[in-house]
Amino acid sequence: MSTATTTATERPVFYEVEEHAHPEGSSTALGFWIYLMSDCLIFACLFAVYGVLGSNYAAGPGPKDLFELPLVALNTTMLLLSSITYGFAMLTMEKNRVRQTQIWLAITGLFGLAFLGIELHEFHTLIEMGATPQRSAFLSAFFTLVGTHGLHVTFGTIWLVTLMVQVGRRGLIASNRRRLMCLSMFWHFLDVIWIGVFTFVYLMGMLR
Amino acid sequence: MTEYPVPTSPIFGRLTLDALPLHEPIVVVTFLVVAMGGIAVLGAITYFRLWGYLWKEWFTSVDHKKIGIMYMVLGIIMLLRGFADAIMMRAQQAIAFNGSEGYLPAHHYDQIFTAHGMIMIFFVAMPLVTGLMNFVVPLQIGARDVSFPFLNNFSFWMTTCGAVLVMASLFIGEFAKTGWLAYPPLSGIGYSPDPGVDYYIWALQIAGVGTLLSGVNLICTIVKMRAPGMTMMKMPVFTWTALCTNVLIVAAFPVLTAVLVLLSLDRYVGTNFFTNDFGGNPMMYVNLIWIWGHPEVYILILPVFGIFSEVTSTFSGKKLFGYTSMVYATVVITILSYLVWLHHFFTMGSGASVNSFFGITTMIISIPTGAKMFNWLFTMYRGRIRFELPMMWTIAFMLTFVIGGMTGVLLAVPPADFVLHNSLFLVAHFHNVIIGGVVFGLFAGMAYWFPKAFGFRLNEFWGKCSFWFWVVGFYFAFMPLYVLGLMGVTRRLRVFDDPSLHIWFILAAFGAFLIALGIACFLVQIFVSIRDREKLRDVTGDPWNGRTLEWATSSPPPDYNFAFTPVIHDGDAWADMKSRGYTRPLEGFRPIHMPKNTGAGIILAGICLVLGFALVWYIWWLAALSFVALLVVAIGHTFDYNRDFFIPADEVARCEAERTRLLAGQVQA
Amino acid sequence: MSANTHAHHHGAQDHGAHGHGHGEEAPHGSLASYLTGFVLSVILTAIPFWLVMSDVIADKTVTALVIMAFAVVQIVVHMIFFLHMNFRAEGGWSMLAMIFTIIVVVITLTGSLWVMYHLNANMMPGHSMEQMIKDAP
Repeated sequence: MSTATTTATERPVFYEVEEHAHPEGSSTALGFWIYLMSDCLIFACLFAVYGVLGSNYAAGPGPKDLFELPLVALNTTMLLLSSITYGFAMLTMEKNRVRQTQIWLAITGLFGLAFLGIELHEFHTLIEMGATPQRSAFLSAFFTLVGTHGLHVTFGTIWLVTLMVQVGRRGLIASNRRRLMCLSMFWHFLDVIWIGVFTFVYLMGMLR
Repeated sequence: MTEYPVPTSPIFGRLTLDALPLHEPIVVVTFLVVAMGGIAVLGAITYFRLWGYLWKEWFTSVDHKKIGIMYMVLGIIMLLRGFADAIMMRAQQAIAFNGSEGYLPAHHYDQIFTAHGMIMIFFVAMPLVTGLMNFVVPLQIGARDVSFPFLNNFSFWMTTCGAVLVMASLFIGEFAKTGWLAYPPLSGIGYSPDPGVDYYIWALQIAGVGTLLSGVNLICTIVKMRAPGMTMMKMPVFTWTALCTNVLIVAAFPVLTAVLVLLSLDRYVGTNFFTNDFGGNPMMYVNLIWIWGHPEVYILILPVFGIFSEVTSTFSGKKLFGYTSMVYATVVITILSYLVWLHHFFTMGSGASVNSFFGITTMIISIPTGAKMFNWLFTMYRGRIRFELPMMWTIAFMLTFVIGGMTGVLLAVPPADFVLHNSLFLVAHFHNVIIGGVVFGLFAGMAYWFPKAFGFRLNEFWGKCSFWFWVVGFYFAFMPLYVLGLMGVTRRLRVFDDPSLHIWFILAAFGAFLIALGIACFLVQIFVSIRDREKLRDVTGDPWNGRTLEWATSSPPPDYNFAFTPVIHDGDAWADMKSRGYTRPLEGFRPIHMPKNTGAGIILAGICLVLGFALVWYIWWLAALSFVALLVVAIGHTFDYNRDFFIPADEVARCEAERTRLLAGQVQA
Repeated sequence: MSANTHAHHHGAQDHGAHGHGHGEEAPHGSLASYLTGFVLSVILTAIPFWLVMSDVIADKTVTALVIMAFAVVQIVVHMIFFLHMNFRAEGGWSMLAMIFTIIVVVITLTGSLWVMYHLNANMMPGHSMEQMIKDAP
């Protein structure tokens, strides 16, 4: 890093003459990570609410009457598969292959949609059975926690489609790579939250 | 009370002409005054053809300095609204004795104390604190802007739109009557079916997004954009406190968002989180909202501690005493602030073990705060203290805040809290720390950095008038409340039976009147200072003989802040540069890479405002439409890749030559 | 001069945009690391499901503790192999942010449960959750 002084050489250097160009978006990864941390706290609150209210069935149905673990296992598989395919998308992005990146993104999106489809099916079944969010505090907390996660996946999918279009239009330029990296963090983060959901809500619910 | 028709119309939702409070003379008169004032301002802007200028240079600006100033303007405007509420309450309580009902009906009075608390915290203190951080932090760390300039603009407009929604509730429908934290079940749909609580929820949600994003933004700025040489332990104290504050924002506001989402689900969908039926638990709301609420207190006070540190060291002409301990005290407060939330509801009944834990953690917080106090005192010790306005506010703070701190420790003792909980003693305590701490600090900060922002000082005489009215008014207004609280008067009461209490309320009302004069003097001070700006002009950029980097550039700073990025060798970077014979570089300027202005922020926030309004009034089609519009505009904005430009070297050279000329003129004069 | 250059150099390292961190993006995984992560998480997901679905352990508390342990391990696996967390990225700031978040999350969760449990125990004697469930028709 070259710097200069105006007068004597013993004088300390007080400013940069040749400035390094600030790479655009050099803070984006950290900024997005901090946003994710704040999102994590939203989920922490929903988990806390579920923890406190989750056994208040109000004489209504409890987890054992409602949850179908094979369905949850299938759903978990969808999300896990979407995580690894997103990983493949990032690897092909590294190799600068536009078409392949888009294909892997599309596959990830399909797994995401499958996850959402199964979740909606589950919600539908529950509501048909009369286990609506209004039925008890347990069900309010359940639908809100799982639904918030689902909503995040929905936004992730919309974002994913947007990025596929943008990658198609402009290729894997620096800002598109940055965006793909942010979505990658978002997508894997949702996976981490889902670990909490299937463990605390579904599996531990069945143990009660 | 206005009755809202239960079946809603498909076009206007539950919004009808009845929602206009035409039957309330006070509101009608307020509306007329605001409307006439508003028309006059809009007319003046149109007459002087300022719309284009405002849009291009301010509303769409991504310059952190302009956004900071806009935050300050928002905060000061909302201060007037919040204070109007305060003086109405004081007047009501001073009148409503001896069988008199006062002049405010109950449902109006309840809205006023709710609006006062909520506005003062979210739309006065928060914008003023955020505004100062926005303006000062990038300058102090030698950066050209924040990390995400567009988000900064968007955050500002979200905060503003939240404020607009609260203001709308004054004239369309009504505001919440629940107290500033809207505890359920009172704030549930069963007891508050009117749109007041919905206004409250959506105003906070919209403003909360802005606050959160600006928190992320400033953390990134401080972490990533410091000038070379500025290690963490060479950062100015204000920047340190700003960092801790924004960490608190990012870690606390999601909790508020979540808890308000749950409350709105209870109200809109009929879930049972905080209801009394079907297993809901209203106390969970209280628990969660204070997990946000206590860090929020420190979000307000920490940056102000930073301001006092800068002011004390500048006006004592010394390095800050105990810089390291100051930084550690700030960090310790940041973490401890998450461990004390239950002291807001000792009386809820969690029992001795829980109460003792939270009582002790609360008392522990006073240790780092006390350490700070001693650091300021020792900074002043043997310093050459200049009693300019910012220093006067600092001294007033040190005296007043200690009283507030001591009553706080008193309230931290659970048995004492059982007596004083929900009394006027509590009201006196938190006004003591918020006015004596945050407000005094903000006035110190405004007086201190005003010359940096505008290139001229604030008028001294009117500033001193404002200072004395505020300080004396504060003691008159709140010391009687301590007395009343100890006598057992609870908060939020509208009428009183015991005539022996009357005199204290009259004293408190007199204090509020003095504070009103203080605010008036502040406004006069700004007006007089703008009028006499040539006399008050500062061309050096360093009117107070400052010690940190923001004083190294011109006042107001150029768009790019620094023509060359400074290199830092010492904590008080500018004092170091001055003492070791720094000379300004006069040539070799280069083009400077800057972000472009954009209207996306104001448009997105405007759509959020419409969305919020539609949700308050159950206008479902409009809510759906604005939500889709929000998505489309947001996605559309991401297709704009062309977001930056270069300020040409000639332009930089021209700006710097102008500064050279001014500085030379200064030497001759 | 040497002291100054030292300070300068030190600052440069500290300052992400100026130092050697130029254009360096967050660390990416390799194919091997993604696959390792995937295989590990499949295993770490399958075992808890199996434990619960086939009632392997008689004691429910033990099962609960075991599946919680699996969840924690799996979260760590995801952090390392999918999110590529380490102490070097962003000068350690993302790790610091995560540790701070975990502290706040733990405070929020355990604090809320502790506070609300004691509240129910004190304020609803005879109406504890277990009692209510027993009383339910």
